[in-house]
Amino acid sequence: MRGFHPPYGSPHCPSSLCFVARRAYLSGMIPLPACFTDWFSARDWQLHPHQHDMLARADAPATLLIAPTGGGKTLAGFLPTLVDLAEGRHSGLHTLYISPLKALAADIKRNLTAPIEEMGLAIRVEDRTGDTSSHTKRRQRADPPHILLTTPESLALLVSYEDAPRIFAGLKRVVIDEIHALAESKRGDQLMLALSRLEALCPGLRRVGLSATVEDPPALARYLAHGAHPCDILLADPGPDPDISMLEVSEPPPWSGGGAAYAIPAVLDQIKRHKTTLIFHNTRAQAEIFFHNLWLANDDALPIAVHHGSLDRAQRSRIEAAMTRGELRAIVCTGSLDLGIDWGDVDLVIQVGAPKTVKRLVQRIGRANHRYNAPSKALLVPANRFEVVECLAALQAVRDHDLDGETRGPGPRDVLCQHLLIRACTGPFDADELFNEVTGVGAYAGLPRAEFDACLTFCATGGYALRAYDQWQRLLQRDDGQWQLRDPRSARLIRMNIGTIQDSDTLKVRMKRARGGRPLGEVEEAFAATLSPGDTFLIGGQIVRFESLREMVVEVSRDAGRKPKIATFMGTKFATSTQLSERILGLLAQPDWPDLPAGIRDWLHLQRRVSEMPKAGHLLIESFAHDGREQTCIYGFAGRNAQQTLGLLITKRMEELGLAPLGFVATDYATLIWGLEAVTDAAPLFDAASLRAGFESWLMGNAVMKRTFRASATIAGLIQRNSPSTRKSGRQATMSSDILYDTLAKYDPGHLLLEITRQEAMRGLVDFGRIEEMLARVDGRISHRRLARVSPLAAPLLLEAGRTPVKGAAEERLLAEETARLMQAAGLAG
Amino acid sequence: MDGYSFTLAGAELTALASGALYWDAPNLLCVSDLHLGKAERRARLGEPPLPPYETRDTLGRLESDLRQTGAGTVICLGDSFDDSAAAAALPEAEKLWISKLQAGRRWVWIEGNHDPGPVDLGGTHMTELPVPPLVFRHIARSGQSGEVSGHYHPKVRLALRGRSLSRPAFLLDSNRVILPAYGTYTGGLFSHDATLTSLMRPDALAILTGPMVHATPMPRRAILRL
Repeated sequence: MRGFHPPYGSPHCPSSLCFVARRAYLSGMIPLPACFTDWFSARDWQLHPHQHDMLARADAPATLLIAPTGGGKTLAGFLPTLVDLAEGRHSGLHTLYISPLKALAADIKRNLTAPIEEMGLAIRVEDRTGDTSSHTKRRQRADPPHILLTTPESLALLVSYEDAPRIFAGLKRVVIDEIHALAESKRGDQLMLALSRLEALCPGLRRVGLSATVEDPPALARYLAHGAHPCDILLADPGPDPDISMLEVSEPPPWSGGGAAYAIPAVLDQIKRHKTTLIFHNTRAQAEIFFHNLWLANDDALPIAVHHGSLDRAQRSRIEAAMTRGELRAIVCTGSLDLGIDWGDVDLVIQVGAPKTVKRLVQRIGRANHRYNAPSKALLVPANRFEVVECLAALQAVRDHDLDGETRGPGPRDVLCQHLLIRACTGPFDADELFNEVTGVGAYAGLPRAEFDACLTFCATGGYALRAYDQWQRLLQRDDGQWQLRDPRSARLIRMNIGTIQDSDTLKVRMKRARGGRPLGEVEEAFAATLSPGDTFLIGGQIVRFESLREMVVEVSRDAGRKPKIATFMGTKFATSTQLSERILGLLAQPDWPDLPAGIRDWLHLQRRVSEMPKAGHLLIESFAHDGREQTCIYGFAGRNAQQTLGLLITKRMEELGLAPLGFVATDYATLIWGLEAVTDAAPLFDAASLRAGFESWLMGNAVMKRTFRASATIAGLIQRNSPSTRKSGRQATMSSDILYDTLAKYDPGHLLLEITRQEAMRGLVDFGRIEEMLARVDGRISHRRLARVSPLAAPLLLEAGRTPVKGAAEERLLAEETARLMQAAGLAG
Repeated sequence: MDGYSFTLAGAELTALASGALYWDAPNLLCVSDLHLGKAERRARLGEPPLPPYETRDTLGRLESDLRQTGAGTVICLGDSFDDSAAAAALPEAEKLWISKLQAGRRWVWIEGNHDPGPVDLGGTHMTELPVPPLVFRHIARSGQSGEVSGHYHPKVRLALRGRSLSRPAFLLDSNRVILPAYGTYTGGLFSHDATLTSLMRPDALAILTGPMVHATPMPRRAILRL
């Protein structure tokens, strides 16, 4: 089990209960029942101080425990439950454990069961996730275990049943694991709303949150607390500072790209010198490519593997099992290993590519070396030259303990809409009571009644534009003022669509065999659409050849011979955080950079000589001709998503001004636009008022905005992903949500879902908030440099992948060219 | 008005970018497969709901084509309604809109496989309509000539320098023209499907619809994409 520690110097004990031996500590503490002390002393194990503290606070309404990975958090969370249940007087559900990962719930079950049996305690522990059989689920509803391990989605479903009051009767404690991760997403908002229901069913429920290191513990405590009740914060000993540096590679990194192939020999050398190395990447595609290159260079045939969220679950489990057994020397991975089970023997973490946020870097570093008092060891590998600067800034931030984090806005209303529908599934409700419940949730504390009522109206009618359609008329108000489902049968559909996770539209990949070959994983529909038979791509570290598409399954064969086309996964594209961007600008402002390698220093000095350095209070714009095109480079330092949105907005402005833009590319620090006409005066392009107006009008028709809408519309129940009769493919869902979006934009621009979409667009993929932030920071101070040729900082952008063509007349021109060519070829021209 | 003009059995026709067919001499506009009420029907049958308003969207485009052509005769070439119940269930406002469009014109509903019976919405109801030298019917019959039909919702996919693009299209040869679906929610059958390649002559053309029309030899082989 995670967080149980072996005595110093003892061999590693994977996935079993172990405790740090702090012999002097136990005296004066809350006494443990005899069966516990006997069991511990038989193993020569004792508790961490914070584990004792948690026991002492067993009756506090809410406690947030912040402990480093491997700090014994989970035991700290469960100890009061085990002690309470050991008395054997409780019947029914006692403690709910909620984790973001199904695998974690299963793992905790395994590892709790062992000591419970060894201590001879009559405690029933069961997990309940999407993988649990329907038979077991039914039995669990009829006869709940003492400890139920589940996920936010499974909990929301449980809460929706009519018999929820009976299922949860007697519930005393809720333990939320990895709450720092949940709090960053709508899954957390859904969870906290579900807890507000439980609070109403079981007043006096105690809450425990288990968190990794975060930048603002009081904010997280407010998030966890129920209403005005207090939430104490317990900080466990964070342990020694990590041993972290940049990997020294003789060859300099390339100008652009994210592969870091140049560092393969040096990384391999590090793998050989350590027991187990985790190699983190920011995207799945980069992880695949890196693993491929690592494998080609792996002359000693070290056991290495690749692990990411697009791989088939069975394959991931095999890798996890091999890792737990200590059989692997290195795992190339993505955020899929950010959370979860402690892998015993990791003694080195390598982060490939700039870490984008300091907090995630620190949490990843924490995956190494789970001995309580030993420093974690980590190496950063910048993938290109600019990332060397970014990595240096991140290193300084880690040393300064300066964590970053986005403050989350008020509780999202799409999640609230889903909660209202879930509440209606349980039975009739009173709007005033439910409003009080909802505003007891930290994130919704400031929710105005009018907004709550708007959500209720939306759930009841679909909103003004949709009121004529039965399928969105879901609630009705009874004569006694209570709200209920208009048609009780709709509860089934609502339950089928519970959840806030937006899986991108993916297709399964299988080996082609007569009766369905081995599943390999998934690729995005958009990527699969670009494949022709014979094309090769990487998945799960092997090169496969696209054969055919059968019933929404991509069939492939093995093809080791050729150079692969690259598998692309949208995944999450992390943007460099505001705080880290500020640090980078601060670093660039230095007169010299003694900490940077000579090549990078020369590059930055040259930029200063031929143009100027981007500065915090200015917006630097360079324009120059290159490659027969007029280029404009905008150094906004607003993060990848905002720079992308800026590209969309500015090219639209340029089109209006007759500058004929052809396309653009964005990185975390700049946007490069190319077109037919030179930009001579940049200021009009950046007029804040017209950029904002552009955001309102132009972006409304944008695909990224539509994607944002689809996510919220799905959560709020306007679009159903699942239905009893058929399962729509992602593409069909896209079709109809786009039409719905256009319809609402045209007939009902004030519709709640459009309002929510606009709010969502301030962050995430559109990230207009960062553009606002940049405009405020710059406050009209634009330095526009006309250069004779490409500048040193702009040069890497010319090589950057992921170019976005400016659509519009261009598509029709291409089509006209192609059809004319075909007519000519057929002898039909004229 | 953007369109592709051609001659079928001596009749001068124009394939409009909207997917409607205009015949200048009798001042006749023909549209096919409107599938009005599709969202309503799907919801009624318990299929995953589609957003509504497709009826208004379709009628809005039809109104714009009528305004631009000033057509005196309208032929709806079958599958005008997703089923007969969908026709009856149209909201009052949409029924009124249809009446408004019908005012002062001859209006013919050709019957389709989705809407085999007459509808209570004004206009004439017919199984097919000969307007020499042409004949208008829902489903093409092999061996006919001068035939205008719909039913298949033909569409075409072309590969353009690294991306592929699919558009609803007219298919035409010396015997017939098959109209693309005019309705907002309509899937389609690619021109390379055996049904269409066997129906159309080897020298058939496809007229892609969209922002403007593009004529191309009818693609007969699949570009293997999703």
